[in-house]
Formats: sequence, C-alpha cells, structure tokens
Amino acid sequence: MERGYRKKRLNRQIPEDEIITLENVTKSYSSGAPALNGVNLHIKRGEFVFIVGDSGSGKSTLIKLLLRELTPTEGEITVLGYNLKRIKHRKIPKFRRNLGIVFQDFRLLKDRNVYENVAFAQRIVQTPTREIKRNVPSILATVNLAGKYKNKINQLSGGEQQRVALARALVNKPTILLADEPTGNLDPNNSWEIMKLMEQINENGTTVIVVTHNREIVNAMKKRVITMKKGVIIEDEEEGMYIDED
Amino acid sequence: MRISSFFYTLGQGIKNLGRNKWYTLASIATIGACLFLFGIFYSIVTNFQHVVKTAEEGVSVTVFFNEGVTEEQILAVKSELEKNRPEVREIEYVSADAAWEGFKEEYLGEYADGFTENPLADSANLQIYLKDVSMQPALVTYIESIDVVREVNRSEVTANTLSGLNKLIAYVSAGIIIILLLVSIFLISNTVTMGIAVRKDEINIMKYIGATDFFVRAPFVVEGILIGMIGSAIPLIIVYFVYTHAITYVASKFTMLSSLLNFLPVEVVYKELLPISLAIGIGIGFLGSFATVRKHLHV
Ligand SMILES: Nc1ncnc2c1ncn2[C@@H]1O[C@H](COP(=O)(O)OP(=O)(O)OP(=O)(O)O)[C@@H](O)[C@H]1O
Ligand SMILES: [Mg+2]
Repeated sequence: MERGYRKKRLNRQIPEDEIITLENVTKSYSSGAPALNGVNLHIKRGEFVFIVGDSGSGKSTLIKLLLRELTPTEGEITVLGYNLKRIKHRKIPKFRRNLGIVFQDFRLLKDRNVYENVAFAQRIVQTPTREIKRNVPSILATVNLAGKYKNKINQLSGGEQQRVALARALVNKPTILLADEPTGNLDPNNSWEIMKLMEQINENGTTVIVVTHNREIVNAMKKRVITMKKGVIIEDEEEGMYIDED
Repeated sequence: MRISSFFYTLGQGIKNLGRNKWYTLASIATIGACLFLFGIFYSIVTNFQHVVKTAEEGVSVTVFFNEGVTEEQILAVKSELEKNRPEVREIEYVSADAAWEGFKEEYLGEYADGFTENPLADSANLQIYLKDVSMQPALVTYIESIDVVREVNRSEVTANTLSGLNKLIAYVSAGIIIILLLVSIFLISNTVTMGIAVRKDEINIMKYIGATDFFVRAPFVVEGILIGMIGSAIPLIIVYFVYTHAITYVASKFTMLSSLLNFLPVEVVYKELLPISLAIGIGIGFLGSFATVRKHLHV
C-alpha cells in the first residue's frame, strides 16, 4: 500500500542511497506566511550538510519536520523509507531511534551526572545494562569527556555540556545526526571542537545535518551548504559558502 | 519489556517520589487521610451492621393455629414453608406444652404450681426466623392466607426499623466512599500533573530519543501506584491501633453496655478492610495517574 502510494505521488523513484527526500513541502503555522514554501530537498547517505539563512527563514521548521515533531501542510517527506506524513503514531519512536538530535540549549538532565545523561538515551531504547556499561564510556572517550563522567551537568562548561549532548545523540548509533545551532551558545574554540567532532562522526558514516549561523566555520569546512530565505531554498551548493545578506 | 528496563522504570517511579517531594507528601497525606476516615467509618459501620444483624436474627414471626388443628397439620405447614419460601431461615415448632413451659418460666416462676392442665392448649405455634427482615410483610400476608392459621404475631416495627437502618447505612457509606474516592483521584491527578510539568523537558528529550509512549508513561503510573500503596498502608496501620485500643477502652469504661456492644475483633474487620483499602489506594493511584498521563502527555 504505502509503496504504491509513494510511487504514484512522487515524480520519481527515490534512489537507494537517498535517505532524506522532500517534495514540494510547505509548512504553515496557524498565522502568517508559510514557514516553508514548496521546498524540494534530497540528501544522500553519508553527506555532511550545513543549513544557513536569516533568522525566521525556516531552518528550525525544516529540522522539526525531519524528526517528525511537525507534519507538513503540503508535500511529501520521506526519511529512511518512512513516509513522515502518514507514519502511524506508534511507529514514531522506532523511526526516531535512527536519529541523533542536538540543540542549541543542550537539553541535558541537570539533576543527573554526565554518565547518567548519556546512559539515559540507551535506557530509553531498552539497551541491556551490560551493553550500556560498555557503550557509554566509549562514546564519552570519543567526545573527550572520559575523565568527567561523574560530574554534575552544572559543573561543566558550555562546550563540555554540548559534548555530553553530542555523546547522548550518538550513543544509540544514529544513521542521521540533526543539529539545530549546536554552537549557538559557544565561543569560537568550543564551536570548532564541536564541529570537528561532527565532521569525525560524519567520516565514520553518519549523515550529519547542521543548522548554523557560524559563517567562519561554514566557509572553512567546505561542505554542502543549503541557504534558506523566507521559507525557500535559494542556494544549494557542494563546497558552498555562507552567503551574505545584501 | 526487559528485566533491566522494568527495574529502571520501577527505579524512576521511586525517584519521582523524591523529585517532587512536597507533592508526593501532599498526596500521600490526603489519600492517607481519606483512607483513615474510610477505615474508621468502615469499622463503625461493620460493627453497627453486626449489631443490627444480631438483632435481626432474633426477629421472628409467630404463627398460631385454629382450634383443633393437629400437630401433623402444623408440621405440614412448617415443611411447606421451608420448601417454598426462600426468605425463611429457620422454623421452630413449639408444641402447646413447650409454649406453656416457656410461659411459666418467663412470667410465672414459682406461682405456676396452681395450674393442673395446660391453659394454653391451643398455643402450639411455629416460630419463623427470616434471612432478611425486609421480606417479613410478604411472608406474613402469605401465611395469613393459609386456612388453618388463626393468627400471625410479628414485630413489624422492629423489622421495618432494622431494614430501614440497614438501607440508610448502605446509602450513607456508598455516598461517603464515592466522595472520598473523587477527592483522592483529584489529588493524585494534581500530583501527577505537577510531576509532568516539572519534568516536561525530560519527557521531551525522551520523545526525541525514541521512547515509546509506554516507556514515557510507565514511571508516572508507577509513581501513582506507589503513592496509593503508601497512602493506604499508613492509615491501615493507624486504624489498626486505634481500633484495638478503642474497643478495649470502651469495653472497660462502659461495662454495662458490653452485652449490647458486641465488638467485632480487629482481625474480622481487617479481613475486609485491608484488601478494600489497599485496592482503593492502589486503584486510585493507578487510575489517577493513568488518566492524567493520558491527558497531559501528548506522546
Ligand atoms: N510554533 C510556531 N507558531 C507560529 N509560527 C511559528 C512557530 N515556529 C516558527 N514560526 C514562524 O515560522 C517562521 C520560521 O521559523 P523557524 O524557527 O523555522 O526559523 P529559523 O530559520 O530557525 O530562525 P532562527 O535562525 O532565528 O532560529 C518564522 O517566521 C517564525 O515566526
Ligand atoms: Mg531556529
């Protein structure tokens, strides 16, 4: 059923290695102009993509659509073979387990320590305790926090907190990492450290999508850059640059 | 569900109690207070019902027969009633001689010697005890229509009063219990709502990571059940001591009432009160949290 439906609605077959497909996606909130307006987007497995654009251009809306926090008003979104417009409510958890998500404000559990914050993600997907004890230290080593696993969250710097959040997003080995302004609250050094970590994760095979306002980093890293303006993609370039307004 | 996940959920439920300490205490206290009142009320009611029931069991209908009706005919009526009237608990046949003996003993004592033959020659009767006193009028009407029957003596006032009292007790207890339940459910659901508000961020994170609805909800439901369990255990313990002390105190203070006030032992009261209180506590804990989680968690 679902396959037949997809064939009929989409203009073309989705290629095997394309894991994110948006076809004519429009998202309107109750008031005002649509936050996204007729967006078409294709992302392949293993890509590293920056999404840039003015404030209010629809970047966060796009991320929320990708993780099925929102549903499109019009158009079709397919992520990892899931049709996000028609996915059943009880299938959403299974879908989300393929994603790692990082936010600007870290969203850590402040009443628990570093280890517990990362283990939390594994608990939720019901990983056996034995495996949690093996996976968490290893992922904390990856983000250079092995020595601070017992620290409370409020004893950490912003950069360290974001690395905990990154470890939590990665510990379940996601296929896609979605990051909405992960360096928005960090100084340049910490921003670079987070970006380098995400590049390393991408080199290990994870598809990474990063929303950012950090011009310097975007220009230096030479990745695919998607530029948005008023709900429309105005630029999509391999090894792109951060486009200045005016 | 994995064993480790089960213990994790259980652990989270327990930790939740500590995370919203004040709300937890408030709802345990209120459930506890409700169930304490319930326990006291229940103890009084069961004792009262016990008294009423004992009194009821003594209520009987006495059937007298026409002159010349033989013992065989009376016994035939007896077995007919026993067979066809389900409200009859027990029928006792009192022969004329036995009736005279009873009368002598009760009223005449040593002055009975002057009688040579039985002045109550036609007073052979049936003493009928009912299962349920409220059935008495129907039975009396039926017996009066039997042709050999001369007269039916009944204690109508007692019977009506007792069955009325019993009904009143049933209605009042049902009413009070319903009110207590509603109050408790309201309080539990408030606690869980607070808990959800306090941990909104955590719930959001869980959802982003891919927690199933069940996994998000379970700790809240565990929390509610634990609150219900503690909230019923505490008043049960208190009522136990209050009850045992109260009955010994009353029995020693008001010795002249002791024949009337025949208290049930605490074990008898608790045989029902314990499972009922636990079921109510755990039930409202479960229902209150489950419904609230459904309403406030759009997972
Ligand atoms: N929940 C909402 N209800 C109504 N309008 C919204 C809502 N969320 C976003 N919008 C509107 O949609 C548009 C796009 O918002 P979005 O958050 O996607 O922008 P953004 O590109 O992420 O901006 P920023 O760089 O400031 O984070 C904006 O005009 C915003 O006001
Ligand atoms: Mg945004």
